[in-house]
Amino acid sequence: MNQYYHSIRIDTDKCDGRMKCLRSCPTQAIRIRKGKAVILEEKCIACGECITACPNDAIVALTDPFGELSKFKHTVAIPSPALYAQFGRSILPDRILEGLKKLGFDDAFDLALTCGDTSLAIEHFLEEYKGPKPLISNACPSVVRLIQVKYPQLVDHILPITLPKKLAARDIKKNKSEELGLKIEDIGTFYITPCPVKMIAIKHPSVEGGCYLDGAISISDIYGPLFSALESVDQGSYRKGLESICILGIGWAVAGGMHRSLKLENVLDVYGIPEIIKTFDDIERGKLRNIDLVVAYSCPQGCVGGSLTVENRYISYNKILRLLETLERENIEACRDKREIRERYQQKHFHMPHKYEPRPSMALDEDLGRAIKKRKKKEEIYDSLPKIDCGICGAPTCLAFAEDVVKGEAETSDCIFNVPSKFRELTGELSRELSRLLDDFGTIGEEWEGMQKKQKTGKKP
Amino acid sequence: MFHIKGADFGKAGCVSLEIKDILHDLGVDLSIVRRAAIAAYEAEMNVVMYADKGEMILRLNPDIIRITIEDMGPGIKDIELAMQEGYSTATDQMREMGFGAGMGLPNIKKNADLFKLKSRVGQGTSYDIVFHLNPKEQT
Repeated sequence: MNQYYHSIRIDTDKCDGRMKCLRSCPTQAIRIRKGKAVILEEKCIACGECITACPNDAIVALTDPFGELSKFKHTVAIPSPALYAQFGRSILPDRILEGLKKLGFDDAFDLALTCGDTSLAIEHFLEEYKGPKPLISNACPSVVRLIQVKYPQLVDHILPITLPKKLAARDIKKNKSEELGLKIEDIGTFYITPCPVKMIAIKHPSVEGGCYLDGAISISDIYGPLFSALESVDQGSYRKGLESICILGIGWAVAGGMHRSLKLENVLDVYGIPEIIKTFDDIERGKLRNIDLVVAYSCPQGCVGGSLTVENRYISYNKILRLLETLERENIEACRDKREIRERYQQKHFHMPHKYEPRPSMALDEDLGRAIKKRKKKEEIYDSLPKIDCGICGAPTCLAFAEDVVKGEAETSDCIFNVPSKFRELTGELSRELSRLLDDFGTIGEEWEGMQKKQKTGKKP
Repeated sequence: MFHIKGADFGKAGCVSLEIKDILHDLGVDLSIVRRAAIAAYEAEMNVVMYADKGEMILRLNPDIIRITIEDMGPGIKDIELAMQEGYSTATDQMREMGFGAGMGLPNIKKNADLFKLKSRVGQGTSYDIVFHLNPKEQT
């Protein structure tokens, strides 16, 4: 189970240590050791930036192959709304769900519906929330992991509402087992995912509490077969297709979409890890207290920008945005009854059964005194480095290298700029040895010349 | 030791961020890091807003974290008044930037285990902020 923990693997046969991943990693979780990339598990937030950056396709997301379907008696596909954004504007969710059934799933569930429910639950939660502000949305698991690892003090700010895909899987398993008379474990629920991080919750449920999802298939894997399958799906009425879309949920795939239809005013949208880090720094200093909710997505434009998607992220973003506009204009709201959601909210249907735990990275030393010494050493080493972050030592920055040295994971001589001094030290010895040899050679040379002369004179009788 | 430059709002907050990083590296208890980060930030902002320059010193021993700040600013006339929540002498410009709600000093006091403020008008202000590390500070 442990090896699944990270959902990102490096194929060492394909990796040739070109350092693209090293530079792209927003949490500095990659090192190059002996010419191959290595992921530092405790720092990785599984955002997928390295997957996109690798020129050799040597970094892969651990998603499930199609074959897994045969293990179950009844299978249900639960696509992320980001899947809807992968196809042209005229292809609406209803048709895509039909297409998934053609691929072998017994059923396909529109996750946007559950997203809509969750949006309403979030609205209720914000109304009665009295804790520290701002709350931070848990929709993007990479962001949650970033907080656990880098901002452990902020875990109390994470929105404690269960994610739609988990709620959906839980309800599907329950309802289908009653309806079909099957056991819960005979029903396979498969999430169609736009990014690798969502695998973690599925494959390693202890990290984020129990999970009713059985697997995840990447959008990029399913795109080709689904594209062909869509051709054989009847093109139903466009209007009917529109009328089946839950306006509150469809926007979850894009930044700004989640709360757009709720008309929440005091919400910030942030996307891209570097921007998120700046914002979290501010929150940590006690700023942004007047903001209710920060919705942060690690990928630009939101989930449509995930590393396992196919379509250009701006095109997909636009498709969802236009769809939202059309729904708003036509006044279509195919969501569940609001009173029903309120009732379920009051029955704690949406509340998370567990809390998010901080997972701070390790201190330099367990003993405070030694840790202080190491920290000073780290600064000393850093001061001696060129600070150009060339990466040749295998660490992404000089500062990260200094820390690696203090932790005993690297040596100062791994820095190419330390090589000349090491070289001088060695060559100093060498040159002394050499000059001694040359002196000897000098006397040998004279003897040699003498011998030559003798031979010449001897040959000239 | 860190230097803080007055009125440099672009860099404001960098020193407290660095202090936070150091405390993280040392494995100090998270709730203490958080309180220290907020107190250091508030003090740093006071220096940035009112003084020409200042110095922040972080000292650590196994029992306490001590952050001392000395600035060469205008000083505070009435410390008791300044410590009251909501009292502020911030300019409109500062308020427009979201500062000067009169919560800075009370906030330091709230977060610190010990907070001493000394000031002389015309000479400057010194802050002495102490946090106790409990015996279980290493997690």
